[in-house]
Amino acid sequence: MKLKLLFLGVILCAFSVNAQDYFPKNDGVKTQNTNYTVFKNARIHVDPQTIIENGMFSIKNGKITAVGKSIQVPANSVVVDLKGKEVYPSFIDLYSDFGIPKPKRAEGDNQPQYDAGREGYYWNDHIRPETDAVSNFSFNSKEAEKFQKAGFGVVNTHVPDGIIRGTGMLVALTPDVSEGDRILNDRSAQYLSFDKSVKSRQSYPTSIMGAMALIRQVYFDAQWYANGNADNTDLALEALNKNKDLVQIFATDNLLNEFRADKIGDEFGIQYVIIGSGKEYERLDKVKASNATYIIPLKFPDAYDVENPFMANHVSLEEMKDWNQAPANLKMLAEKKIPFTLTTHSIDAEKDFKTNLLKAIDYGLSKEDALAALTTVPAKTIGQAGKLGTIKEGAWANFIITSGDYFDKETTLYENWVQGKKKLLQNMNITDISGKYDLSLSGNDYEVKISGEMTKPKAEVTLGETKIGSKLSFEDNWMNLLLSSPDTTKTDYLRLVANVPAKTDRITGKAILSNGNEVSFTAVKKSEDSEKDKKDEDKEPKTHDVMPVTFPNKAYGFSELPKQQNVLFKNATVWTSEDAGILENTDVLVKNGEISKIGQNLNAGGAKVIDATGKHLTAGIIDEHSHIAASAINEAGHNSSAEVQMEDVIDPTDIAIYRDLAGGVTSIQLLHGSANPIGGQSAILKLKWGETPENMIFEQAPPFIKFALGENVKQSNWNSNVRFPQTRMGVEQVFVDYFSRAKAYEAKKKSGAADFRKDLEMETLVQILNGERFVTSHSYIQSEINMLMKVAEAFDFNINTFTHILEGYKVADKMKEHGVGASTFSDWWAYKYEVNDAIPYNASIMNEVGLTVAINSDDAEMSRRLNQEAAKSVKYGGMSEEDAWKMVTINPAKLLHVDKLVGSIKEGKQADLVLWNENPLSIYAIPQKTMVEGVFYFDIERDQKLRETIKKERNELISQMLKAKNNGLKTQPVKKKEKQRVHCDLLEEVQ
Amino acid sequence: MKVFNRYILLIALLITGMSFAQQTPASKQEEAVTIVGATAHLGNGEVIENSLIIFEDGVLLEVLEANSTRMQYRGKVIEAKGKHVYPGIIAPNSTLGLVEIDAVKPTDDEDEIGEMLPNVRSLIAYNAESKVVESMRPNGVLIGQIVPRGGRISGTSSIVQFDAWNWEDAVVKQDDGLHINWPSSFKRGRWWRDEDPGLQKNKDYDTDIQELSDFFSTSRAWLAGDRKYTNLPYLAMEPVFNGKKTVYIHVDGQKEILDAIQFKKEQKLDKMVIVGGYDAIGVADQLKENNIPVLVNRPHSTPNQDFEDYDYPYKLAKLLADKGVMVALESSGQMERMNTRNLPFYAGTVAAYGMDKEKALQLITLNSAKILGIDDKYGSLEKGKSATLFISDGDALDMRTNRLSHAFIDGREVSLETHQTELWHRYSNKYKNQEDK
Repeated sequence: MKLKLLFLGVILCAFSVNAQDYFPKNDGVKTQNTNYTVFKNARIHVDPQTIIENGMFSIKNGKITAVGKSIQVPANSVVVDLKGKEVYPSFIDLYSDFGIPKPKRAEGDNQPQYDAGREGYYWNDHIRPETDAVSNFSFNSKEAEKFQKAGFGVVNTHVPDGIIRGTGMLVALTPDVSEGDRILNDRSAQYLSFDKSVKSRQSYPTSIMGAMALIRQVYFDAQWYANGNADNTDLALEALNKNKDLVQIFATDNLLNEFRADKIGDEFGIQYVIIGSGKEYERLDKVKASNATYIIPLKFPDAYDVENPFMANHVSLEEMKDWNQAPANLKMLAEKKIPFTLTTHSIDAEKDFKTNLLKAIDYGLSKEDALAALTTVPAKTIGQAGKLGTIKEGAWANFIITSGDYFDKETTLYENWVQGKKKLLQNMNITDISGKYDLSLSGNDYEVKISGEMTKPKAEVTLGETKIGSKLSFEDNWMNLLLSSPDTTKTDYLRLVANVPAKTDRITGKAILSNGNEVSFTAVKKSEDSEKDKKDEDKEPKTHDVMPVTFPNKAYGFSELPKQQNVLFKNATVWTSEDAGILENTDVLVKNGEISKIGQNLNAGGAKVIDATGKHLTAGIIDEHSHIAASAINEAGHNSSAEVQMEDVIDPTDIAIYRDLAGGVTSIQLLHGSANPIGGQSAILKLKWGETPENMIFEQAPPFIKFALGENVKQSNWNSNVRFPQTRMGVEQVFVDYFSRAKAYEAKKKSGAADFRKDLEMETLVQILNGERFVTSHSYIQSEINMLMKVAEAFDFNINTFTHILEGYKVADKMKEHGVGASTFSDWWAYKYEVNDAIPYNASIMNEVGLTVAINSDDAEMSRRLNQEAAKSVKYGGMSEEDAWKMVTINPAKLLHVDKLVGSIKEGKQADLVLWNENPLSIYAIPQKTMVEGVFYFDIERDQKLRETIKKERNELISQMLKAKNNGLKTQPVKKKEKQRVHCDLLEEVQ
Repeated sequence: MKVFNRYILLIALLITGMSFAQQTPASKQEEAVTIVGATAHLGNGEVIENSLIIFEDGVLLEVLEANSTRMQYRGKVIEAKGKHVYPGIIAPNSTLGLVEIDAVKPTDDEDEIGEMLPNVRSLIAYNAESKVVESMRPNGVLIGQIVPRGGRISGTSSIVQFDAWNWEDAVVKQDDGLHINWPSSFKRGRWWRDEDPGLQKNKDYDTDIQELSDFFSTSRAWLAGDRKYTNLPYLAMEPVFNGKKTVYIHVDGQKEILDAIQFKKEQKLDKMVIVGGYDAIGVADQLKENNIPVLVNRPHSTPNQDFEDYDYPYKLAKLLADKGVMVALESSGQMERMNTRNLPFYAGTVAAYGMDKEKALQLITLNSAKILGIDDKYGSLEKGKSATLFISDGDALDMRTNRLSHAFIDGREVSLETHQTELWHRYSNKYKNQEDK
């Protein structure tokens, strides 16, 4: 089969429906149909904006030959009368795996696989641009029928496997023709995603940021390869270069990943078409700014089954709101003029497509926009404008015939024509027999009510007040009605049979009585007035109570992003974290996001005055080691992942951000984990709750990278023993090796050699060698701490920070000599062998020796109490309170090289401030307000109010969901969320 | 603000501490001790500002307002003006001494295989010489309930004091409690059967409870019979039925707690304690009504769900106490052993978020003792009780001022040195010597 298809692919360009037929024929004489088919009296939807009433169009050889109010009817025409019916261009789905077998999962042992499993291709198995849909495709008429029934004529299909997935093909769902006829384009688009191939167990990339770095590297390599610099043949890169000019479709499954895909596209000048998530409504402006066309799955969340109040407690506000808001997504996209098309991917096209589409329309999507999303937009997106998605001369004869307005629930889809071939779905000559009838039979006056779909009508029969058992079937305009005897003691039946060839007010036929006698009957239709009234009532537009979106769209989000304020803190105890120490009864004036003045009796000058009497004002806490606000932590697929960037994976919706603010934290270093000696590039963030990932980045902070030593990088605590290094001896060699290579790399780069290959990993290492990127190294025991300093010295650079550094107290003198800072836990120990000598006096000793010491968290829970953690050094080692406080403010600022901007209360610095009810080092201290650059992101009073709002919203949504369930809508069972506490230092979460 | 001079402390410790070997338990109290002038936090809610405390043979003879009496000081006198005295802090539901280093399996003795293991006893695995255990003492944590983990019935706990040569000497109350991990309404999907790996409704919840009930019933039946053939698990249930072993139900959800209460009634259990109790506030009235106390999980944790109050774990103990439920704090969870020394700060945090400080102290002293059933001797500074107490330079619930000068268990003055302080001294000296040169 595959061979045959390959053959088809090769001959394709020469083949189409109206090309000269060159296939030999041995089972009869050659025939050719050159007739026209002309459709008349139809309401023709030429495109979403243009309708021809009572129009005509003709088709021949699979194409439309003419459309108009009145067209010339050639002599050799078959004419079809479509009176009362409507014609639409058939729909197009750009994201499907139609006709493609499910990729087979690679099997293997328990050990991870680090190298590629293929030869002659790229070094990473998840890059598969050479995959083509056409050689995997075989037409599946059962699947095709589902699409046809939903009104689709063309789908773009692909092999949904891997990061770069290769080419898709545009295929018409034409019934009863050969495969070659159906293929409209065998190289219609290239597909990408962030998901690895299931066909390979190669580890890299284990994370989304790894996938992003990999895509970037592939693009660079493809260019380098295209320039003829490679010695080897790489079929993957060759294919990628060949696919370069195709439409690039990027599959994602959540909003943040949509933005991430677009970010890569922007870097390489590629505008991806993005498979969306249905949650675009949460960040419409940013979606709009991507300039992408979106392919949106026509899928909405079901209500949760919240009947059981204990279960209801486990549904988050975010999930509830999504259920409430998501149906309005398409409407909002259309209002913003964001181009989108729809896909049935992840739903059952036959069962759910129309229901969901009508739901979107019910929530305000216009019919024109809906039709465009199914016809003209996908046609344009896939480069087939004018040929698909429209009924006009020269276009493919792909259209559907309906009983009326397609977007009406009751409308029947009669025929789906693809490439001029008819797929009969329902006989369109079927008579509409719905209505109420009076039926007199054997002296009884029955009332017969016929309703439901035209092709599958249902009957309800009453005799006076009594309901009579009945069964109605209606096929080919023959009606069979079975009535049980009005005498319920008997099991007799009456059988009625009638032919109803056209709509009529009188149905006549014959009835066979229970005694076998035949009589004729007439059922007379009642007036329709009352029926109509009811229908009109139904059509009254429903209003949906769609909740407003907040930023982020979950509990404690802002309905409007907070604004910078000029504020005067009056009469506070000010912990400056500077030589000035702690100033009593002092005013601090904040203007334009900066600390403008510190002093006594300051003039507010229009600034908002906050009485801080009895309260303590400090600089915002800075957490040097954090893993909150991230979609991924570790890229564990290689022993070096210098190419990955935490900035790629910022998750601004993590509730831990809000909780950190409630604990007085204003900046964090979002670090890569400790799965490998050379980790990834840090993201240094300002905790601007509600903002986008880009706006959270601490712009002026210099670049950092995470290194790691010890048990985690040598994989001591899990079953893995194939990756180098497995010992501390090996760890040293990793560093020496990489930095040696980085030096050679830089030399080659500088030499201007023509075959220079840009390597993102090496670029990062060169930055380190040149002091342009600082190293924060996860470290525990003295031997490895010393080792890394010596390696750095040998390569003439400095380690900036040792993080964790639990045995720093043992080599503090050497650290001082090297000039490295320390960022440590206050009192963690005993969780693994290498922390057996960790002591809570560590910070005090290092501080005493003169190192810059910070207390960090590595943990979402501890991060929000860093003030307490700093205070532990007062207990353990007797540090002064001022010094202790510096360990979570100015000292981490120094370690991050942002101490000129933040970390203390000093005129001219950024206004990252916290107002406390107490001495901030006290166990009793609670932040009252937390400000970042003059904006209050946390306020304890606002928090109290929000608790009420959240309660109200949850109640409202729960009652809406109960109502939905009562109305018979589908519900989904409640699932419990798990706390995802990521540490780089808890064994189970390292990978 | 008082700036603490670490050198004074260092020298003081060098003089008092270094001559004792680490881990050497103190010997029996031979001389009476009188503590004069301290603010005594009795652990029962009361405070004596200027106190006189006398104890002999391990028993408190007097706890008085110093000015109200002319009583003679006895034995060794400790002048403690400006300092604070507290009853020894108690750590319920702890695995101290069962695991030394989390990641090193050979040091891990907390979870035996099997589902119904009432016969498995923590006491005999308790390592009295654990470096982690000794690190409790400098923070005032002097007593703990050592609890096995895992399975449906994890096993039997015992209560120990933290200064002993061996487990036998450490016992405060042997085999005090039976620990049950209550079934959960949620269960993880079996991903290997292509199920969603997330937590979903546990369809076997009722069966799980039934299995537990059946185990109790069959135990009863066996105990009533001739006991001809040994059955260790059933035998271990006997003290449960005659009220000598408290049943600890480790459970968080509201429905689960209600079902546990029903279980208590059906099984006619004398004493039941809820451990964890994350959602207990929703069923506080029923808990109170049925006289069931709660050991609230450590306040230093994050709320389970995004929409919950950020300070919910900080204030849960207070919310329950306000409803009239008997509450104490326990510290299980990630890195629970080494973190248990932070118990006083857990109580401090509850105080920060609204509870009266002396009441917050009760959460780790008298309430814990009452729940564990050792309040006849421990948990408060009262005449006739054990002299298990410590002297802190300041407020022991605040880490800045939790600095111990003395600690006593049953009148024995225990060492406040540890593996950690030893390293502290050694390396402080290293740099001090470098400076001197």
